[in-house]
Amino acid sequence: MKNFLVSLLSIFLGLLLGGLVLKLSGINPLDAYTVMIEGAFSQPNYISYIIIRSTPLILTGLSVAFAFKTGLFNIGTEGQFIVGALTATFLGFYFNFNPWLQIPVVMILSCFASSLYGGLAGYLKARFGVHEVLSTIMLNWLALYLSNFFVFIEGFRRPDTETTEFINQSASITLLENWKVSESGMAWLENHTFWKSFLRPPFNAGIFIALIMVFLIWFILEKTTFGFKLKATGFSQLASRYAGINTNLKMTQAMMISGALSGLAGALHVMGVSKNVAVLAAHEGYGFDGIAVALIGSNHPVGVLLSGFFLGTLKYSGQKLQSALEAPSEVISIMIGVIIFFIAIPSIFNWPLKILSRIKKESKQ
Amino acid sequence: MAILELKNLTKSFGSLRAYHNINLTVMKGEVHALLGENGAGKSTLMKTIYGEHAPDSGGEILLHQKKIKLESTAEAIALGIGMVHQHFRLVRPFSVLQNIILGIEPKKWGFLIDYKSARNKIESIMAEFNFFVDLDSKIETLTVGTQQRVEILKILYRNAELLILDEPTAVLTPQEIKDFYIIIKNLKQKGKTILIITHKLHEIKEIADRCTIIRKGEFIETLTVKDASEQELASKMVGREVLLHAVKKEVSPTDICVLEIKNLNVLNSKKLPAIKDFNLILKKGFITGLAGIDGNGQSELVQALTGLKKSESGSVKINEKAITNLTPLEIYQNKLGMIPEDRQRVGLVMDYSIKENLVLQTIDQIPFSKYGVILNNELNKFAVKLIERFDIRPTDPEIKARNLSGGNQQKVILAREIEHNPEVLIAFQPTRGLDVGAIEYIHSELIKLRDSGKAVFLISYELDEILSLSDEIAVICEGKLTALLSQQEISNNKNLKETLGFYMAGGIK
Amino acid sequence: MNDLIIIFTTTLMYSTPLIFVSLGGVMSEKSGIINIGLEGMMTLGAFVASWIALTTGNPWLGFLSGGFAGLLLASLHALASIYWGANQVVSGMAMNFLGGGISIFLCRIFFEGASMTPPLDLALKIPLIFNQYATVYLSFITTLIIWFIFKFTKLGLRIISAGEHPKAAISAGVKVNFYRTFGVLASGFLAGLGGGSLSIVIVSNFRPTLISGQGFIALAALIFGKWNPVGSMLACLFFGFSQALVVYIGGLENVQISSQLLSALPYVLTLVVLVSFMGKSTAPSALGQ
Repeated sequence: MKNFLVSLLSIFLGLLLGGLVLKLSGINPLDAYTVMIEGAFSQPNYISYIIIRSTPLILTGLSVAFAFKTGLFNIGTEGQFIVGALTATFLGFYFNFNPWLQIPVVMILSCFASSLYGGLAGYLKARFGVHEVLSTIMLNWLALYLSNFFVFIEGFRRPDTETTEFINQSASITLLENWKVSESGMAWLENHTFWKSFLRPPFNAGIFIALIMVFLIWFILEKTTFGFKLKATGFSQLASRYAGINTNLKMTQAMMISGALSGLAGALHVMGVSKNVAVLAAHEGYGFDGIAVALIGSNHPVGVLLSGFFLGTLKYSGQKLQSALEAPSEVISIMIGVIIFFIAIPSIFNWPLKILSRIKKESKQ
Repeated sequence: MAILELKNLTKSFGSLRAYHNINLTVMKGEVHALLGENGAGKSTLMKTIYGEHAPDSGGEILLHQKKIKLESTAEAIALGIGMVHQHFRLVRPFSVLQNIILGIEPKKWGFLIDYKSARNKIESIMAEFNFFVDLDSKIETLTVGTQQRVEILKILYRNAELLILDEPTAVLTPQEIKDFYIIIKNLKQKGKTILIITHKLHEIKEIADRCTIIRKGEFIETLTVKDASEQELASKMVGREVLLHAVKKEVSPTDICVLEIKNLNVLNSKKLPAIKDFNLILKKGFITGLAGIDGNGQSELVQALTGLKKSESGSVKINEKAITNLTPLEIYQNKLGMIPEDRQRVGLVMDYSIKENLVLQTIDQIPFSKYGVILNNELNKFAVKLIERFDIRPTDPEIKARNLSGGNQQKVILAREIEHNPEVLIAFQPTRGLDVGAIEYIHSELIKLRDSGKAVFLISYELDEILSLSDEIAVICEGKLTALLSQQEISNNKNLKETLGFYMAGGIK
Repeated sequence: MNDLIIIFTTTLMYSTPLIFVSLGGVMSEKSGIINIGLEGMMTLGAFVASWIALTTGNPWLGFLSGGFAGLLLASLHALASIYWGANQVVSGMAMNFLGGGISIFLCRIFFEGASMTPPLDLALKIPLIFNQYATVYLSFITTLIIWFIFKFTKLGLRIISAGEHPKAAISAGVKVNFYRTFGVLASGFLAGLGGGSLSIVIVSNFRPTLISGQGFIALAALIFGKWNPVGSMLACLFFGFSQALVVYIGGLENVQISSQLLSALPYVLTLVVLVSFMGKSTAPSALGQ
């Protein structure tokens, strides 16, 4: 509960200071907030876009949070995302089964590949004592260049582009993809403007899978002996080892699951939105965003779900500042930075929290 | 003439009262002891005098009859007050010289440290007080006794007139304690005033002139040591009659071996031999004490026995069954339990609740879980039962271990280990830092366990604890077993402490 | 012979910014404060250096301003970590978001919405000395100075004591918070210089992807260099050298290796080195507390 309040207060301060920054650069913050709110909620397709945008954020946030629970700082989300995305593209392109088989196979194998990739960092830590922050940074770059290498393989590369071929239709999880453009579909949508707008973006099943994952991770952490041991390892390695928990194995397993979640984010992105992968010049920031989501959600699965939507909304609506007000959309990064900054120092909220709890007590009496 | 006077001094941390209305007068040139139980507020009071915690408003501190207000340790140092903390405050990778001058480094050319003049000054101090330390050694290579000398040099280098020593002999060998007493007498002779915190009664009789007793943060009285008996001091400290020694029935000598350690060799974290050809047999219904100074291989021995560290060679058997180099879980399942030395880092997951800590090793077993899913009701039932049986307070199973007192944390560990019904229980420093009540409780539980026919392996740096509990005493020095004293040898030896001290320092039986 | 010179020069070119940032990490972490926000401080330094160099026409002024920009950001980290009891890793992460965000935000404000600064005139760049940029020498001199500080001066002794055993330092009368603040601010300054030495020396403008991971590589170098200024410098040189190899091998005509795979080489090499040489940790004992 305290964490939730700290996050809320931090978000409030982040929005406030973000407004101040805009004000200082000559932009009316109220205008900016109006643009952002309208840009986020005024049309069904905006909401659809926000959900699409939030899906990978929720999953990468979950990934980072899960590793945190075991005492590991997974900065490697970025690389694991890339591995998942690449694997999904590759399999989605080469396999062409019935969708009911194709989709799970592509998804599960992508998770598997990225779990190995994430697990590698866990193994290096457990076996050689290489700090996971260092190894995952290196693995991020390795993933990026490996992905670029595969993109350029003839046969997989789409001729004359810097992208791969598209995945087969059978691997797509975009909802109603064909129906939307079929005659009957178009006719129906003409009469239902809400759905017409909502389905304009590539709305896909990813969010439902992400929701299932939120539940699953919550269940693992709170209800299973496996989660019990993972958390014990995160709290105190010494005590856990003494209590007979194989902490090295637990760290590797935690990184594998964390990697699988990030890889799933990548796979769902490919299967639902992009349908292929392109050459990357630099990292796209999924890793950092995942860290932000996890921190704002105080590493709790439900918190991560909420903060994933929050960040997705912020990022989506923030884009619109540029065109509407010529205000730099990077004010969003500044806001996120401020929010995380305050989350780092919960002690500064002690006095407002104390007052709050006193009010609660008095109102009970 | 009084050098230091405290009048009506009070200090609270939030709603917690550390000490209350303390009056204390220390005369110049005396050795003044501050006597009280663990948690009585002695250390906090001393930290106040050393400028680490400001007292609450109201009382006053007078130094040389002048009222002073201390905002920082730097001010206390400047006023001639020095303190040696119980846990030494030495920078381990630094040399002795660097540690002594840290904070008041003599300079040359404005920015370089003038090591030469510092060395000269320290050497003259050592000559004056007649004790010596190699100034170029790194702290991490020094024995505890030598480290303590470095601490004393540190405050002498700062021209301290009043030296505060917090539990100075807690971790020293009997021989080191003797040397320490000599240093104290020298210091006194040269006119220094010494304020010593302790809960050891014979220590007070040995070196102190006067003694002030504090109980639960309250001032009790100041008395002249010559005129008081140890028993009198003890009851004033605790507030009731106390037994200076634990009561236990004589054991009927059995010779049934429960745990057998044979030719055990273990390396430390630096890959150097820590346990060398160690042999020991723990018998059914016996408390076997292992005496020795901190850092002589006890930690490594325990790690090897519990599976946290692989041994290089040798064997360990429980009831004839080899458990050498099994995993910690397998060893635990073979009924070897442990109360670890560091309960907060090793014994408990501090962010877990009481109930979670109680099943740390057994969560996988029925009834606590099925198919990997935790059965919370069973956990609660189990916790409620143990909380009652071991009188753990508060009684809410959801309270985090972090929020328990040291004594109750230890009870959680004790409950968990005893409930598992071990054949052998290793109790490693089981009462460190606990108050008298908790110590009595832990000791009585260990004796109960022994009386029920289990083997207890008591490893302690406190010789008094070993003496009051053990049926047999083994001594370890530099990783080797230097002596094993049987029941008869213990009861027949008039100079038991001196004898053990001799073995602890490496003398061979 | 010519090949060697190319490799040598390229090594120095890649290493210099890393050395500054890595030394920054040494200053902060020796004093006991984890600084995972080097990347953000470096980014801000890179932008401000290029902005000031452009507007004043003085690259040295730009370079220095980059340092001070990093210092300014670091002051937030110092405030949070030292005085407000922050989780240092989280606060450091915040620095990364802030550094990146503020840099591009300001860039758009000052350069009419563009996310990169216009290129610096060649004549206005930091001069070459014996065919190397002056900053190369400066990075070595800085290493030397910091080594000297830790080895011989009161300042160094006190910073280390703050990182090893702050309680001991306090009871010896050392103002631990002061020295920690000094360490963190110095780390921001050096990280800022590192950013500047990239944006106005090696390339000639600031752009959003200019700093992408160097701060973390410098952090790796710091750990690999065992928190020692000279060790960190050597680790940076090693990384620079492997980058130089990539450039060199990529330029050879008769070698057929995918440029993408080749680009991954420095990271793979670093990982291999980390695995093979990761000995006992020698981090300051009180790091992060």
